[in-house]
Amino acid sequence: MARIDFQDESAVVIIGSGAGGGTLAHELTTRGIKAVVLEAGKRQSKASFSQVPGAAFLQLTWLDPRTQSGDWGVAKNFPTLPVWHCKTVGGTTVHWTAATPRFEPWELRARTTYGNIPGTSLIDWPISYDELKTYYLLAERRLGVTRRNGVPGLPASNNFKVMYAGAKKLGYKRVHTGHLAINSRPFDGRASCIQQGFCVQGCKMGAKWSTLYTSIPRAEATGNLDLRIECTATRIEHRADGRVNAVIYRDTQGREQRQRARVVCVAGNGIETPRLLLLSDSSKFPHGLANAAGQVGRNYCHQIIGFVWGIFDKPVSSWRGATLAGVVEDEVKNDPSRGFVGGYRMELCTLDLPTFPLVGLPYGWGRDFASILENYRNMAGMLMNGEDMPRAENRITLNHDVKDSFGLPVANVHVDEHPNDQAMRKHAQTQMSRMYEAVGANRVVLGPVTPATHNTCSARMSADPREGVANAWGQTHDIKNLFISDGSALCTAGSANPTLTIVALALRQAEYISREMRAHRV
Amino acid sequence: MDELVTLNRRELLKTATGLLTGWVVAGSPLALIAPARTWAVDLITLTSSEGATLMSLARTIAPHDQLDNAAYALVIQAIDSDAAKNAGTHKMIQEGLAALRADFPATSETERVAAVKEIESSAFFQTMRLKTLQVLYSSPIAYAHFGYEGEAFSKGGYLFRGFNDLRWLPEVPVEDSGPLPEGA
Repeated sequence: MARIDFQDESAVVIIGSGAGGGTLAHELTTRGIKAVVLEAGKRQSKASFSQVPGAAFLQLTWLDPRTQSGDWGVAKNFPTLPVWHCKTVGGTTVHWTAATPRFEPWELRARTTYGNIPGTSLIDWPISYDELKTYYLLAERRLGVTRRNGVPGLPASNNFKVMYAGAKKLGYKRVHTGHLAINSRPFDGRASCIQQGFCVQGCKMGAKWSTLYTSIPRAEATGNLDLRIECTATRIEHRADGRVNAVIYRDTQGREQRQRARVVCVAGNGIETPRLLLLSDSSKFPHGLANAAGQVGRNYCHQIIGFVWGIFDKPVSSWRGATLAGVVEDEVKNDPSRGFVGGYRMELCTLDLPTFPLVGLPYGWGRDFASILENYRNMAGMLMNGEDMPRAENRITLNHDVKDSFGLPVANVHVDEHPNDQAMRKHAQTQMSRMYEAVGANRVVLGPVTPATHNTCSARMSADPREGVANAWGQTHDIKNLFISDGSALCTAGSANPTLTIVALALRQAEYISREMRAHRV
Repeated sequence: MDELVTLNRRELLKTATGLLTGWVVAGSPLALIAPARTWAVDLITLTSSEGATLMSLARTIAPHDQLDNAAYALVIQAIDSDAAKNAGTHKMIQEGLAALRADFPATSETERVAAVKEIESSAFFQTMRLKTLQVLYSSPIAYAHFGYEGEAFSKGGYLFRGFNDLRWLPEVPVEDSGPLPEGA
């Protein structure tokens, strides 16, 4: 691993080590570019992952305070935890469930496909599907995605057998164990899945792809990466001409440090990325960096996600097996006759017993509530993952009334649901309920709106600089050597789980950055 | 089984103010994993009477008739520990308990539910509800009762331990699933 001097002006400084930052670090260092990665969390390993659900949550989760507002269910159900993502080396690729579908071509043309939907800030992506596809193919090979490139699917678990039978009864056709970045056979020096069911606690087999044990150590092996753990970026500084030139951060001991930079890439997940840009306001940029159009933090999307549980007479033991290994894709289409635009996936899911009553069920207590738990063994589960509508006022802002441990204003997450979101959720919950009823469920239970895990679009790419923060390469419209390198750069949410697209965009961005650096344009 | 060990640590805690005790019911899931035939939970801040009322409240929040009292005692132990660390929490619990009738544990479930509905919006009840859900379903006693098998890494995963043993529905065609790894 490299030790890059604080005064070294030649390095790329990447903030965050997850799907975006970790991938970018690997790509750049492999090309001979020096990179400093600032990671706010600690470094865990396959050996150190806790197998106690509550302890694993505390080990991996970003728990620094945030506030929230708006009418979305999270504000009522989980007032202190609007979003759920990781703070650890590898970022959210440590706890993700590894679903890796692609966006559909028509999803990238969201504004054109859906039309002028009042109350939304829809745009088309500035990238064509054909161009993105090149990088999807590359990302799928790197991650070893199942059902792509001849990689077999995962075998069917008990929970999936229930989903499959129900989906077939309803006439669904595109039903399978999913495109997953989980090894169905040994690949890339990593073992195959042994169906632990503890994907969210960190995969102790390493069968699930994570930058923690792929991109990051490989980047370190190049000798060009300086990974600094427990280092929290607090401000990006710029020169008089507006180019960024340094990142201020707090190190492990809480001391303030200043790392000079040639290029800065922000990949701190959809909440912290816009927060850091907003925290970096100056006399030249009084509303924060890359915010001339006032778009930083706006258009925040999180996808419509909701559990449905089916209770049966006989055991399912849904906890056994890869958590998300199953999908129904037939509703991934734009068919406004359903009462909404955009599509959704139905994905296999379950929760461990300790987490289930806290996250999986709506507020309750007493006999009826307990009776659901009594049937935990006989319960099957799935969730919807659907496209939510971007709205200008659904946004990440600084809450100056609440400060973090460094005395900096925390992020406030504001979401008012669009009627389209609600119509889609209702449709999906009805379809998932019908699936379970078709195979004999005694009872179907709908889950609450849970803390958001797919935090995207809050510093989005846009062809028109007035409609977003960055261009088609994630390079900010206002500052040439400042890049958005995570899910914040997505233009719309689509119905695909976001990680594969984040990786694909990071691969593409790495090519662009190295080209621009060679040409001395950044 | 760390929780069960703490159930029997009474002699180590000389400062106890209250005590919850119980028998391990023969033939219960707890009997299979318990190290002794009786259990005891010391309370360091709450009295035995307060502990008993909170036990009854936890059973009203999450009534599982066949789940051993020892599982609920762990909830009260956790609340007692919170009260010991925070005087405000202790005060909230004492005031919350004062709002319940003295014979709350002796009343019928219908009466207890009605009494809880009266205080449902209070911070006391909401704290009790959350703590009950956080602790009750996390213990080995609960795992045994609900049939949850927990982590499987230490046992080689569920690949050889029933991840696909469901037989009351048709098997999924291989083209929509995938091959089992060699040896499975």
